Amino acid sequence: MSDPVHVKDINEDIAWAKINADVLRSMKNPRLGYWIAIAVSIAALSVGVAGEVYQYNVGMGPAGLNTSHMWDLYISSFVFWIGMSHSGTLLSAILHIVHADWRKPIYRFAEAMTTFSLLTAGLFPILHLGRVWNMHWVVPYFSDRGIWPNFTSPLMWDAFAITTYLISSALFLFVGMIPDLAICRDNAASGWRLRLYTFLALGWRGDDRQWRNFRVTYLVIACFLIPLAVSVHSIVAMDFSMSIMPGWHVTTFPPYFVAGALYSGCAAIISLFLLLRYLMKFEEYMTFPILDKVCKLTFVIAMVWSYLNLIEFASVWYGHDIPAKEVLIAKASGPYSPFFWGMIAFGMVLPFSLLSKKIRRSLLLLFVISLLLNTGMWLERWMIVTPTLSLGFHPFAWNTMWPGWVEWGIELGSFGWFGLLFLIFVKVFPSVSMYEVKEMVYHRKHVVFDDVEAEIAKLYPIVDPKARGAAQTPDLGRP
Amino acid sequence: MHSQFRILGLFADFDGAFAAIADIRRFKAPGVKIDNVTLKSPIEHPEIEEVLGERPVHIRGWAFIGATFGLIGSFVFFAGAQANFLAQYRGGKAIITVATNIVLSYEMLILFGVLFTLAGFVVGARLMRKKGALYDTAISVDQIGILIEDLNADTLQTTRALFHSHGVLDILEEEIT
Repeated sequence: MSDPVHVKDINEDIAWAKINADVLRSMKNPRLGYWIAIAVSIAALSVGVAGEVYQYNVGMGPAGLNTSHMWDLYISSFVFWIGMSHSGTLLSAILHIVHADWRKPIYRFAEAMTTFSLLTAGLFPILHLGRVWNMHWVVPYFSDRGIWPNFTSPLMWDAFAITTYLISSALFLFVGMIPDLAICRDNAASGWRLRLYTFLALGWRGDDRQWRNFRVTYLVIACFLIPLAVSVHSIVAMDFSMSIMPGWHVTTFPPYFVAGALYSGCAAIISLFLLLRYLMKFEEYMTFPILDKVCKLTFVIAMVWSYLNLIEFASVWYGHDIPAKEVLIAKASGPYSPFFWGMIAFGMVLPFSLLSKKIRRSLLLLFVISLLLNTGMWLERWMIVTPTLSLGFHPFAWNTMWPGWVEWGIELGSFGWFGLLFLIFVKVFPSVSMYEVKEMVYHRKHVVFDDVEAEIAKLYPIVDPKARGAAQTPDLGRP
Repeated sequence: MHSQFRILGLFADFDGAFAAIADIRRFKAPGVKIDNVTLKSPIEHPEIEEVLGERPVHIRGWAFIGATFGLIGSFVFFAGAQANFLAQYRGGKAIITVATNIVLSYEMLILFGVLFTLAGFVVGARLMRKKGALYDTAISVDQIGILIEDLNADTLQTTRALFHSHGVLDILEEEIT
């Protein structure tokens, strides 16, 4: 039996019609596991909704927030979900720009993950406000009150950055889907699907004019998204680093947050890759070699994150800022130490397992590892927020904080919310990009990239745009 | 008044379609202009421009205008809001905070850049038009279409013959006037 990791990224002989058929079938007939996943997501979401309804009625008390712990699980979850969103940009935009075509079968769900992670993240600051009905006060709009939000606050920057990221990511996802939506439109018999796809396909007919504009549009939005993604998580880091709390006032926070975001996103991509591969029967598209590349990418990013994490510790230690140093020591040896060492074990040590070929071939093991990596990253977010607030500058306010059932319920609900959105998405929209997989198959089979120009020059006459009028003269044709 | 036609030939692969277009450019279908030829395909072929000739795309211009508008417009908006925010005591601090506004303007640069890019795409690709030219759903599966417009009865005949000489799978025709 051939080594599954060292075969081709995709079967180059796969017919285009089969690609369409497989992806469209996945939207109609997912496995039983899909419906179980939907049920689990709804159950988790229900717990979260119950927690929020309770909190809405009785106030923020059950969340356990108090004077020194003005932030806790909600904000660390907010950071976690924002981080998850970065993988879509990484996998889609960055790898698109560097022409890594192995991304093509898997980038669509990563982009969807970005959008739904942001929708999930956005809930937490709103819930954290307590008075959710006043949420619109953070939006800068003209009003009789003559009051504007505080533009100098990093929290305000968050509102702008995340809104921009959400809109841009959703548009990036949508633009990239237009040719596939046209395929869905052409195959929808009638009913709401036909109306939806006809509306969203925007009249796509696959014209060369449309393809040319499409290609440039996709590239330009990708170019906008990369600096945007970096800025978004840097701004989230500034929520912390621009305060003077011990352990937060660290200059490496923005790059550290960005690396952590990419890391948790990549781990989530592995989890969802394996889930989708099974649930939607995408074994032919989500292949071992592609999974292998994602694992290696995750390992590299894990090492960058580990390095920046150690740099953060070193900065605190050698800076000899006593309160910050005390917080660091307390993290490693105080009541939160199991979580701190859990973060180190899952976030820094466990990624080394991805170096093993055997593990990279074991789907079940890889699934468990990817979940543990994300657990490590979730712990990292929590370790940033809670221990620092437990051990601030004022000894009279020192305490130990554990989230209550309401916070845990809402936390669980966020996973249900994300899961439900994602599962509905893969049922309504193609989660594998059909046209890009066709392109991948076509190019791998037909084009030897080094010889493209020579082949074109040989086969087709080159048109000088200034001489368009003369383009039809027989002289331009070659024998 | 002479009737005008459009014709859509469906080919099994790019080779057949490109060969047909090359013949049109070699004047083997007299009266057919290359500017009236549209290639319809399920994927973007990287050599389409080489075959059909370079055709302009203005998306980058739209993106530049959007980004510039986002940068300057938002800075002016934020500065205006801060200058008019009389309810807040400034305590000697700068009324218009340049560093902060740069962060926010940067985000707006990107937002408006993306929005204008999308608008440019809709306009440039001629999307959202109710009336479409000839189309066949096989194009979204695996067939390559060549649409030629503004043909008269004579050129329609020669185009049809040209398509057949390159192994066309199916031909759709439509009388425009």
